[in-house]
Amino acid sequence: MMAKTPVNFTLNGNDRAAFAEDGQNLLEFLRRGVGDMSPKYGCGQGTCGACTVLVDGETHLSCLVLAETVDGKEVRTASGLSSPALDPLQTAFMEHFAAQCGYCTPGMLVSARALLDRNPRPSREEVIEAISGNLCRCTGYEPIIQAILAVAEGRARA
Amino acid sequence: MTSTVLTVATMGEAARAVAQGATFFGGGTIVMRDVNAGTAAASIVRTTDPSLKDIRISGDTVTLGAGVTMASVLANRDLEFLHPVARLVGGPQIRNMGTVGGNLFAPHPYGDFAVALLALGARVVMAGQGGARPIDDLLRDRSRSPGLVAAIEFARPRPGTFGFLKVSRIKPKGVSVLSVSALLPREGGRIRGARVAWGAMGAGPQRGSSAERALEGQSLNAETIGRAAATAAEGLNPATDAIATDWYRREVAGVHLKRMLEQMERG
Repeated sequence: MMAKTPVNFTLNGNDRAAFAEDGQNLLEFLRRGVGDMSPKYGCGQGTCGACTVLVDGETHLSCLVLAETVDGKEVRTASGLSSPALDPLQTAFMEHFAAQCGYCTPGMLVSARALLDRNPRPSREEVIEAISGNLCRCTGYEPIIQAILAVAEGRARA
Repeated sequence: MTSTVLTVATMGEAARAVAQGATFFGGGTIVMRDVNAGTAAASIVRTTDPSLKDIRISGDTVTLGAGVTMASVLANRDLEFLHPVARLVGGPQIRNMGTVGGNLFAPHPYGDFAVALLALGARVVMAGQGGARPIDDLLRDRSRSPGLVAAIEFARPRPGTFGFLKVSRIKPKGVSVLSVSALLPREGGRIRGARVAWGAMGAGPQRGSSAERALEGQSLNAETIGRAAATAAEGLNPATDAIATDWYRREVAGVHLKRMLEQMERG
């Protein structure tokens, strides 16, 4: 029988406990085991960034994280950004048409939030660098960069 | 196939599991891809041993635990000479996860940090084995399960003697068309003990013997750089992949070696 490992962690500030299957990745664990559907499955090989989450404040590709390794850690996902009101980044993404199909958006938001938490006034180059691990096939990136810069420069509605 | 994951407290226990055929799980950026694809080994071992993440700097000797991430290298001001290398590995998420030890085993066209370590003449400390072995040997044996890497040690290069260049089609995050690195120590203005290393110019990181021969014993000037560039691709057998053909890689190797050496010459 497949072994299951208990995992106690915080998800967006709330204590959670669930069982991880042997070799299960964090993305599948969050989506199927815990019910947080905001991280997306894109490539499953660490290329696209759609599954980006924060583990202890650092951006990680949840498809490449072994689920059991987040035991005792703090995980944040895009679904934790809007509690209770939308994060200024989410508002700015809407206002700047920074999402088209929307599949990359949760990962983009997590990468952008990690940047602004670390560096509230990033340059355009720093924004580009921060989202360089997140692929978007719709927007051409410019609206996303503009949305993040708008929040950084205080031009977006909070 | 589903893999069984064993978590152990020490590097010694992990090394014993690796000796029995288990695959070591470090940052996850290589092994987890295989786990997701169902092609990983039946048995995987990981360790919570904190020594894996140690960065020790003693005099001019730098020792990086195999589990040190690219982000940790970038956060360390004493390792500034390696920042241009670590910064060009993957995107931000990969740099938060990918490790120095794992980079030694990254398949083509990855492994740019290992290229720099090869140029630096690093030595690799294997868990459960005495002493350290030259990185050249480890890279040559890397497909034959050489054991578990515990740490990598090397001498800090003198200012102006170390160079690195990575060529990608996509910026700021793209895989290598090629990468090249050099350590050119000088004695009385002459290069003594030249080491040149290439990435994506073969199955794994490898020495550029022809360029080293052209540089050894010479002053680093336009004439020497021209001679090294002219013979750069000799003995190299790069692959054709989605990024570049083998012909293209050989054709541009000298151009990029020249650019890196000119940058080193300018200091």
